[in-house]
Amino acid sequence: MISTEYNGMELLVCVASRYLEDGSSVSVGTGLPVAAAMLAQKLYAPNLLVIFEAGGIAPLLPTMPISVGDSRTTYKAIQATSMTEVMDTLARGLVDICFLGGAQIDMYGNLNSTMVGTDYRHPKVRFPGSGGANDFGSLAWRTIVVSPQSVRRFVTKVDFITTPGYLDGPGAREKAGLPPGTGPYKVITNLAVLGYDQESKWMRVESVHPGVTLDEVKSNTGFQLLVKDPLETTEAPTEQELRMLREEVDPLKLVIGREAK
Amino acid sequence: MEGLGRIFTDCDPDHQRGIFRAKSKKLIDKVTTVPEAVRNLVRDGDYLAVGGFGGVRIPTALLHEIVRQKKQHLGFAGHTSTHDCEILAAGRCFDRCDVAYVIGLEARGIPKMARKYFESGAVECTEWTNATLSWRLRAAAMGISFIPVRSMLGTDTGLHSAAKEILCPFTGQKYFAVPALFPDVALIHVHESDTFGNAHLRGIQVSDQDLARASKKVILSCERLVSTDFFRNDQERTTIPYYLVDAVVEVPFGSYPGNMPYEYYSDERHLQQWMVAEETPQDYQAFLDKYIFNTADFGEYLALCGGKKRMQQLRDLEFLRPPQAEEVE
Repeated sequence: MISTEYNGMELLVCVASRYLEDGSSVSVGTGLPVAAAMLAQKLYAPNLLVIFEAGGIAPLLPTMPISVGDSRTTYKAIQATSMTEVMDTLARGLVDICFLGGAQIDMYGNLNSTMVGTDYRHPKVRFPGSGGANDFGSLAWRTIVVSPQSVRRFVTKVDFITTPGYLDGPGAREKAGLPPGTGPYKVITNLAVLGYDQESKWMRVESVHPGVTLDEVKSNTGFQLLVKDPLETTEAPTEQELRMLREEVDPLKLVIGREAK
Repeated sequence: MEGLGRIFTDCDPDHQRGIFRAKSKKLIDKVTTVPEAVRNLVRDGDYLAVGGFGGVRIPTALLHEIVRQKKQHLGFAGHTSTHDCEILAAGRCFDRCDVAYVIGLEARGIPKMARKYFESGAVECTEWTNATLSWRLRAAAMGISFIPVRSMLGTDTGLHSAAKEILCPFTGQKYFAVPALFPDVALIHVHESDTFGNAHLRGIQVSDQDLARASKKVILSCERLVSTDFFRNDQERTTIPYYLVDAVVEVPFGSYPGNMPYEYYSDERHLQQWMVAEETPQDYQAFLDKYIFNTADFGEYLALCGGKKRMQQLRDLEFLRPPQAEEVE
């Protein structure tokens, strides 16, 4: 049953959770991806293996962590290990899905979380840098980006490729030496769910959220978007999803109390 | 592809072997004070690496002391650094940085002055990633000069690193060779240590075992000193063995305002105050004067931050207990 009473962040969490399959592994940071993973575990994927890059493996999260390495990420965990071991595990191909974000993304899914400007030595704005984003974007099988959508963020050319998407198109990842079969998978925004055209590796709109028009999606994107035919409407959160999310996953509204932009 | 960045440390293991050879393997008392440890073991110009995860299990007392003693021209491993980076940036202590993650405090935001410090050109950066810096420490721990990795390929992160592309002699696959990272000094906060420097840390290890192996000098701060029997009776507890360690300081609540797994949670209120103070240079100077420069030691800092009562609240938070201390108020 579909509920119409939900906010933008609740929609994002519910949509993201549906991409997490039972028996697969996902690396999460803090905030929305954690909520999505917790929701998936409760509804569709009880055996989802949740991995935190700092070393927390398969915790029974009691509350939302504030840091990717804080105590919550190892609460009743199967293992508290090292970042080095998590990264080794990633390199061996054991991480199915990673969630990433960034200040800018282009049509090939390349991400910038390093700097804005044209001169690396003199950035207009400096950001924290890759952290583990480049590693996960390089070596996880599928990358899901969750991001607000605007022309400022969805740009033709990112100022700095921190994390590889499809780089400059088909075959580029393989040519660079990245493992075959890896790369961008979905982009979930406040307006739509986007994927990538298999041939051209170009970003395309796959579904628009209820109440959002394709024109709105396009006018909030700085490059030409492909559109899936037929274009679908994102399935709204179900009552079951919302109940679980509000009552069990995020009762303190740490994620769903924020604005989805 | 060849990275344009500079390598800030010597990666030749033959230059390090002599240093490691000269380290005493005697079981001797290494307990000292925070000011002495920093005065004797951290020199201006040294390359520094900090254990823990930015706001989790960090050696705050040692970091404050480095700022208080006005150490200058340090190199810094910006590996999973958040509040540790914020403290050292406040003292303008470093001028070169291997960047994997700097300035930001994860979901809490990006403090203004720390960001300005990096934007001003005062810090020469070379870009890396969390995995690459972990693996660079791994290479150093292995006593080799480089390690092949599959991160950074095809990206500007790679272009502004100091990695060099190589081909595997067996499969022909492309790799980035990244240089071993041998820091001059590592600062690591642990749960327990004996007087010799045998250390036990609980929860996530981040890269700290490799960091201790890779560093020429290691300063431990610990929540509590324990007897050597603590290790001899259960050797699995020895996460860092004494022969890697140069100095030990006992600092209860030493990771504050960071989280210390199984001990106390992070003080989000104080981290927020710090972030707000960074909005203007005047506020920030006053804040730093109050909390670092005009405090004699870490005990005074803790007292300013709410003392024993606040620490008890953070212990309650850590163990998901209702906040008893607050109810008493």
